Amino acid sequence: MHMADALVSPVVGGCMWAATAGLIAYSAKKVKEEVDDRKVPLMGVLGAFIFASQMINFSIPATGSSGHLGGGMILAVLLGPCAAFLVMASVLIVQALFFADGGLLALGCNIFNLGFFPCFVAYPLIYRKILKEHLTQGKILFGSLLGAIIALQLGAFSVVLETMFSGISELPFRTFVLLMQPIHLAIGIVEGLVTAAVVTFVWKARPEIVNAAERSVVIGKVGMKKVLLGFLAAAAIAAGVLSWFASSNPDGLEWAIFKASGKEDIAAKTSWPAVDPGTSVSGLIGGILTLLIVVLIGLGLKRRKSAV
Amino acid sequence: MNNINKNSFDIGYMDTLSTGDSFLHRLDPRAKVITTLLFIVTVVSFDKYALSALMPFFIYPVVLISIGRLPAGYLLKKILVVSPFALLVGIFNPFIDREILFQIGTRGISGGWVSYLSIVVRFLLTVAAALILIATTGFNAVCNSLIKFGVPKPFVVQLLFFYRYVFILTDEAERMVRARSLRTFHTRMMSFKVFVALVSNLLLRTLDRAERIYRAMCCRGFDGQIRIIRYMEIRRKEVEFIFAWAFLFVFFRYFNMPLTLGKLIAGVLK
Repeated sequence: MHMADALVSPVVGGCMWAATAGLIAYSAKKVKEEVDDRKVPLMGVLGAFIFASQMINFSIPATGSSGHLGGGMILAVLLGPCAAFLVMASVLIVQALFFADGGLLALGCNIFNLGFFPCFVAYPLIYRKILKEHLTQGKILFGSLLGAIIALQLGAFSVVLETMFSGISELPFRTFVLLMQPIHLAIGIVEGLVTAAVVTFVWKARPEIVNAAERSVVIGKVGMKKVLLGFLAAAAIAAGVLSWFASSNPDGLEWAIFKASGKEDIAAKTSWPAVDPGTSVSGLIGGILTLLIVVLIGLGLKRRKSAV
Repeated sequence: MNNINKNSFDIGYMDTLSTGDSFLHRLDPRAKVITTLLFIVTVVSFDKYALSALMPFFIYPVVLISIGRLPAGYLLKKILVVSPFALLVGIFNPFIDREILFQIGTRGISGGWVSYLSIVVRFLLTVAAALILIATTGFNAVCNSLIKFGVPKPFVVQLLFFYRYVFILTDEAERMVRARSLRTFHTRMMSFKVFVALVSNLLLRTLDRAERIYRAMCCRGFDGQIRIIRYMEIRRKEVEFIFAWAFLFVFFRYFNMPLTLGKLIAGVLK
């Protein structure tokens, strides 16, 4: 599920951008170290594949809804975590720019939620651990299923956290979690089944592709320690920036903290100091007038252009 | 199937728009990327009850659409169709936050409605800004500016590859779906089994294609980089563009113009 600009505060958006930028830089460095030119075009074309395949839908029996390939897991299986993370980031960038899915500020959140968890958590810690050496159909199924479910649960939870810290939505934490997690359990199961089915199909038709992906552990090997260290550093910087912001700008973060600690009324009053009917009506009239002026300026510019 | 046609049409159409020729199209892409980011950050930095203060920001998309001669109706439709997520999450605000903020006549307007409208306005503004950026700049130019901003090369190169092959692979996916549709007398949805076979075959074809592309590029001297002959320069025009907008954003951020305007009018009426 895509996080949207309208729900993100600049602090949260900025922190997630920083974390994502760090991960991209790290992954790009790793991919470059492999010095396999072949990989870069392959990554781009596979990104296009994920994009194209998302346009093919199948019906989920007895529910009336439809499913498609999500991407994170299968990319990690085929490319290894670092390259897969980069490809996932590109897919999301194109979606944000062309289809306005999410938005530019929320892009950091989205890449993190949909890229980091499948590539750097679910794939190395679950899928690889389950598959180990000898491939069997059952192992592929079990690994993909569990990996996709966990990746999506973490991603959904992270959406909830980001929304809470931004403090734009009023949805209470508990309700939001109860809404998001079950939905994403269902999505995760579908994603896992699709991933397993496609990997198995490819494995049967062209075993060398899946085997090569398995063998090229060099490509897939991530120093988890390094990732965690980098992540800790990013978190520390983010926390520093956050606390600085929180002290200079009391509405976003502190509101969320107030909210979590149940002292809503204090926050509600501080964030809207002027509960003065005169001011509000003036705001309303002024707002509408401003919009009208804007439209007039636009029309004026258009007319001038066509006159030229 | 309509869905597929629509999606590939959309990317293609946005790409066509970006080949237009106007003051905006001729600006260095970096200037547009920076201004867009400034705009989005300013818009989302407002308090969650801010509504009237957000109105002046509509000037940015409106002016850019006029100068860039973009089809306003098409962009508006695109914005309204996409991403209901923010609107869905936001719709809970009116039910949870019921504290009355102000009154129009005898009707009390609760804080929840104000913050919900604020989410809708933020959504319109930020999405419009992103779409305008791509419609006036084009994806390749945005990628080039990423390299200049110091984004790692391998990432940008595969992004360029991705964009190039999106058109081809969506065509391929479209052909497959159409073929299935014709052979099954247009049954509405496909079963899981057929879906897996289709997607897996698309994947196999994609992998073969990647190999062919790689070999073809090796013949042409590919060494892991794409070199682009395009002159990019930050001139006075670009600096003025960025600073003029930045000044305006800061002004709107700290000076609630609509409120002052409204007060003025209310004062005159009294």
